Amino acid sequence: MQIDLQQVEEASKEIYIRALKLLPPDIKEGFKRLDATETHPTGKAILGTMIRNIKVAEDNTNLLCQDTGIPIYNVEIGTGVAVDGYALKQAIIKGCTRATQEHPLRSSVVHPTTRKNDHTSCGRHVPVINIDFSNKNNELSIEMIPKGSGSEYNSWLKMALPADGVDVIKTFVIDCVLEAGGKTCPPTIVGVGVGGTADLCVHLSKVAATRALGSQCADPEGAQLEKALSAVVNKLGVGPQGLGGDSTAFAVHVETAATHITLNPVAVNMQCHSARRARATFTPAGLSYGF
Amino acid sequence: MAHHEFNMPITEAQARAVRVNDTVTLNGTLYGIRDATQIHMFDHGRKTRFDLKGHAVVHTAPNVRWVGETQAAPSGYEPICIGTTTSARMERFTRPLMEQYGVRIIIGKGGLFAASQKAFSDIGGIYLAVIGGAAALETTWIEQIEEVDLDDLNPESLWKFRVKGFGPLLVSMDAHGGNLYTEVNKSAKDNRAEVLAALGVKSS
Repeated sequence: MQIDLQQVEEASKEIYIRALKLLPPDIKEGFKRLDATETHPTGKAILGTMIRNIKVAEDNTNLLCQDTGIPIYNVEIGTGVAVDGYALKQAIIKGCTRATQEHPLRSSVVHPTTRKNDHTSCGRHVPVINIDFSNKNNELSIEMIPKGSGSEYNSWLKMALPADGVDVIKTFVIDCVLEAGGKTCPPTIVGVGVGGTADLCVHLSKVAATRALGSQCADPEGAQLEKALSAVVNKLGVGPQGLGGDSTAFAVHVETAATHITLNPVAVNMQCHSARRARATFTPAGLSYGF
Repeated sequence: MAHHEFNMPITEAQARAVRVNDTVTLNGTLYGIRDATQIHMFDHGRKTRFDLKGHAVVHTAPNVRWVGETQAAPSGYEPICIGTTTSARMERFTRPLMEQYGVRIIIGKGGLFAASQKAFSDIGGIYLAVIGGAAALETTWIEQIEEVDLDDLNPESLWKFRVKGFGPLLVSMDAHGGNLYTEVNKSAKDNRAEVLAALGVKSS
């Protein structure tokens, strides 16, 4: 299957805007679940406002949140797909720039030292483009995630000791949730990376934070850990916006990687309640949009 | 738990009359301010032509569309999506905003810390919580972008909004030491041991 790069550019533009306006169904379900069980009056009122905001954004075809984020594009290339990789990246960058200028969107991206904003949402190594390969025949998918800064600020890495075991991982996650308080815009998805190298561990925490609600870690050990953490995290009482309540997190997600015999890395990255993502899928049947 | 309707600007007495868990709705003028705006105002010595005395500032950098200056868009900008950012990064600017410019209300999300709390008590000010991420809704409370200053910092310019029914917002820090965030943080920390025990963590 040959990929049309003009279509990739259009899709890269479209999924940035779609992600900012339409919340995925699993996150909407997550809100319903939390709203049904929230007992704190302030927490309940705040959840109500958040749910109302989703409707207002849909009715007015407006952005859910003003934070257009750091744009992240996750590309997955299946088998039998023919595409010029360099040109693919250029098409994504062009689509991201066009979304920013043509909608228009606030460019939230600046040079790290000069703080200069090119008003394109692009810059050195941004958008973040992750490329991976799958065994899906004749399919290329691009997932877009606008990662807001409130939640990104709350990112941590601990290179713990093997002697500290799994206990240090659990303790670290709980302490990160406490330290984040209301700054991450809870209820959040708490993403946890376990193992790997320092950079891989942090990357996995982002993968975990941006995974659909209801999905599970493919590693049974990771799945067990995320289930245990999800079961207790809402007993902390941080609540929506850090103003108290049961709804601190939709879930805790864990992703794991093999690590060195001397290492026990754990990283935490959070996704805010505006857990936005959109997807474009290219197959021989054509281009389709979803989550 | 009273509700206050404020036609901006307000006086010190009005700010001091408000308590945590009250709600406030703003009408009239509201200023938008952010990291770079305040870094330039307080670290780089730049001044704004706006009179912020008795006013409220909201921690924001909006999505706007340039349409050129018209009667409906006197600043040349039309609002697209205006929301609120995390306040924590701007903690050190609360006191200078109040002392040098007479600001009475800070609007943000996630709360501020001890230095801001002291400034609210010393000078007479309050912090109002917007629901972060609920920007589509917040945008419907903004009628117009009347003026803009320090626009070379766009989107972190100093924005002058005209608002109608901006709220109700929860008073989460007041001029009497009231702070909902520290109350919640304290009780959450008290729950830590129980949560770790439930996870089977032996000692910490």
